[in-house]
Amino acid sequence: MRFGIVVFPGSNCDEDAYHAAREVFGQDAEYLWHKDADLKGADVVILPGGFAHGDYLRTGAMARFSPIMNPVRSFAERGGPVLGICNGFQILLESGLLPGAMLRNKGLKYRCEHVHVRVEHTDTPFTSGASAGQVLRIPIGHGEGNYFAPPEVLQKLEANRQVIFRYTDAQGRVDEAANPNGSVNAIAGICSEQRNVVGMMPHPERACETLLGGVDGCAIFDSVLRWVGSPLKV
Amino acid sequence: MIDSQVLERHGLKPDEYDRIVGFMGREPNLTELGIFSVMWSEHCSYKSSRVHLKTLPTDGPQVLQGPGENAGAVDIGDGLAAVFKIESHNHPSFIEPYQGAATGVGGIIRDIFTMGARPIALLNSLRFGSLDAPGTRRLLEGVVAGIAGYGNSIGIPTVGGEIAFEPAYAGNPLVNVFCLGIARASDIVKGVASGVGNAVYYVGAKTGRDGIHGATMASAEFDEKSAEKRPAVQVGDPFMEKLLLEACLEVMRTDALVGIQDMGAAGLTCSTTEMGSRGGAGVEIDVALVPQRETGMTPYEIMLSESQERMLLVAKPGREQEVERIFEKWDLHAVRIGQVTADGMLRVKERGKVVAEIPNRALTDEAPVYRRPMQEAEYLREVREMKGSYPFSDVVPAEKGYDHILLALLASPTIASKRWVYRQYDHMVRTNTINLPGMGAGVVRIKGTDRALAMSVDGNGRYCYLDPYRGAMLAVAEAARNVACSGARPLAATNCLNFGNPERPAIMWQFAKAVEGMGAACRALDVPITGGNVSLYNETDGNAVYPTPTIGVVGLLEHADRVVGRRFQESGDAIILLGEGHGELGGSEYLKVVHDQVRGMPPALDLKAERALQQLLVALAGERLMRSAHDCADGGLAVTLAECCFETVGIGAEVSIGAANVARDARIDGAAALFGESASRVVISVVTADVTRVLEQASAFGVPARLVGQTGGNRLRIAVGGEMAVDIAVTEAERAWSTAIEQYFAKRVA
Repeated sequence: MRFGIVVFPGSNCDEDAYHAAREVFGQDAEYLWHKDADLKGADVVILPGGFAHGDYLRTGAMARFSPIMNPVRSFAERGGPVLGICNGFQILLESGLLPGAMLRNKGLKYRCEHVHVRVEHTDTPFTSGASAGQVLRIPIGHGEGNYFAPPEVLQKLEANRQVIFRYTDAQGRVDEAANPNGSVNAIAGICSEQRNVVGMMPHPERACETLLGGVDGCAIFDSVLRWVGSPLKV
Repeated sequence: MIDSQVLERHGLKPDEYDRIVGFMGREPNLTELGIFSVMWSEHCSYKSSRVHLKTLPTDGPQVLQGPGENAGAVDIGDGLAAVFKIESHNHPSFIEPYQGAATGVGGIIRDIFTMGARPIALLNSLRFGSLDAPGTRRLLEGVVAGIAGYGNSIGIPTVGGEIAFEPAYAGNPLVNVFCLGIARASDIVKGVASGVGNAVYYVGAKTGRDGIHGATMASAEFDEKSAEKRPAVQVGDPFMEKLLLEACLEVMRTDALVGIQDMGAAGLTCSTTEMGSRGGAGVEIDVALVPQRETGMTPYEIMLSESQERMLLVAKPGREQEVERIFEKWDLHAVRIGQVTADGMLRVKERGKVVAEIPNRALTDEAPVYRRPMQEAEYLREVREMKGSYPFSDVVPAEKGYDHILLALLASPTIASKRWVYRQYDHMVRTNTINLPGMGAGVVRIKGTDRALAMSVDGNGRYCYLDPYRGAMLAVAEAARNVACSGARPLAATNCLNFGNPERPAIMWQFAKAVEGMGAACRALDVPITGGNVSLYNETDGNAVYPTPTIGVVGLLEHADRVVGRRFQESGDAIILLGEGHGELGGSEYLKVVHDQVRGMPPALDLKAERALQQLLVALAGERLMRSAHDCADGGLAVTLAECCFETVGIGAEVSIGAANVARDARIDGAAALFGESASRVVISVVTADVTRVLEQASAFGVPARLVGQTGGNRLRIAVGGEMAVDIAVTEAERAWSTAIEQYFAKRVA
């Protein structure tokens, strides 16, 4: 299958997602330049991490206007799997493809470290291969990952089972100390109502090789490979 | 027009002015004077340091590019080169910590990608005053946020570094930033301008009035008026640099360039002069064509601006449009501002009218070189003094037990965990980092190969204050040892020399001795210096920093998956001490923290023994015989053992060592054995079945090695001379170590 990895000016995890898709999972992958008008036949679209357009205004605020977001939106509406990682998640929020907004981390500092997240639901393209309640150890790296949504939106998210990942301790317990950025309801990732668009702050592409200190991020890639129906090339 | 006041404002001495008039055959105009002042500043000309720097070893079969270019380069196999350099941004960081540090990172990154290399790792070496002194936390927070703000945004991981706190840095923090990139060895790009008539392009951010005379500022002492120099600090834009980085690397892949150089210190002046000088050509530009951020800028201001994120490049004839097109893709505009000439002159025009005309040679090769007077510093007699036949026999042994002393050392900010700091740096982006910060050397794998690069920056100002020759040797040895502990073979080094005012003979003496020591160690350990930077005048109101040569060593690991880290891996492993302790407490963290003394001689260093130790470490890692390796540095063996236990899910250790026998008092003997900082020692853990093999290997390499204990339990227990000296729960020790720095910030909020 083919991964389409969007490159905004200022994206900086684009090469990491590309490497994971191609070298770790042996799949086809294409960069999609933000000025492009089509997705080059991608089966799954990744909006990677970084600082699109410098994020000087508000994270993701400029990127939503890039031409590539039009085909991404149509692809999502048709049910195509879209994953926003970190800055990609922020862009999905700004684009209205996912609800809510990001505030600066509690503590007001950028944080880069391994955290634990619990998989809440497995009926999305990116968690279909995981088990509910499974705890994944995946790194984060962000200054604005404090997820916020007004109470009515939050209630709807929970009622619709759209909260896909929650920050927990290693045993899978939600705990204030294990929440690295102050996100409401310890939210680390959510999906769209259609469930095919997923945004997450942790970086699964940073946890796909033993050499990098962990392979828990593979669950995300394995899931979408299974979901799209392409067997892993060996 | 040019009187003594004008000269003083430009940091030029009267005899230097006479020299300028001699070269020009006339009085220079103000623009020309400004150009001379920055090119002849200490920062750009190395006029005080050059005679000493010439003595450093810079050659070796591994060296592809030595000093003189934007960065050094070494061969790392597979047709690849590691391109790296360290640079200081001390003065700007003191005046405006966030922007000073941020632009330091931006500057060193430009130096690396200018060579055609993709930057893949950053390190930094920082010095501040005591953490509880007023102002230090503000500076630390600002500098760390500035490094994070720039590095994280541009997407280059900060994979390691070091920080020390000493009162001597209160008025002059040091911010040294290291960057490493990877290039195809055959594709390294130089900063040359050649080919008469070739187009000279300007690309990147517009030129503003920021940073004018930054290089001159970095060449003078500070006083109470220094805060007024804030306009001389530049403002960084990492997003612009990210675009420049991608666009420049894309242009370089087309082979359409003759040369390229970033505009760092002395901006347009330095880049035009140096590129012309290296290519044996001249460069002619028209400042009216330079993109400007502000209106009404004079040629003087345009030539001296240090606005960030700007590049100067020379295109091959007929390839101009190709170059312009690539920059357009990234929404950048390459503007043709001049051309290469044959006459070896820097010629600056404004709308066609010549406003400055200077021979390149006068600005570069013919810049003044000083052999400044040197004299051994007077303070040395006092601080080195030893009473009786034993060192420190007048030191009153601490009444509290060793557990207590160990806890105090672990909580000393220089030793304590720097997690509060490195957690703010994205250290994993680019998915190459295989030895995370805090684990020893930073190690990044090289994608597409089986290899990895290890890198470490080290320096010890206190040692250099007590003995600059030995201190500088120890810095080289420590950096190379850290690299070897990860399993990598040290290849080459880059240096950043931070000192006070070179016009004072005692400072110049420190400088000369440090360079001498550094050279000796680099030669013995086969790590030639491929480039670096000198930062002088680190003084405020006449108080100089400790002499602080910082060294960055890069090493090659043949198999990335054989990387070794600091932490014990498993209970029941054997603990082996490589090297020998001599109970040296001179200049130690123990003397400073427990006895509030900075004195004695720093530890002795046998370079042959050090080299053997490093070769042994590389061999053991290559055979997968070491499960962990951690060198003995600040705080000595006890601190090293404790750090091996930390962040391991609580693996303790039971260790027995001999007493040091250096004093009449057993308590001093014990402290010397536990906390003495003798060099060339490494604690390794090995599977018990491998102990014999490891000891055999050590003996074959001529390295003293002793089985001193075993991992396991949840306590750190160290017996000295048969008596239990340290017996402490790992969790308790780890809490002291891991929370110490955070607590300084928590206190302030409370």
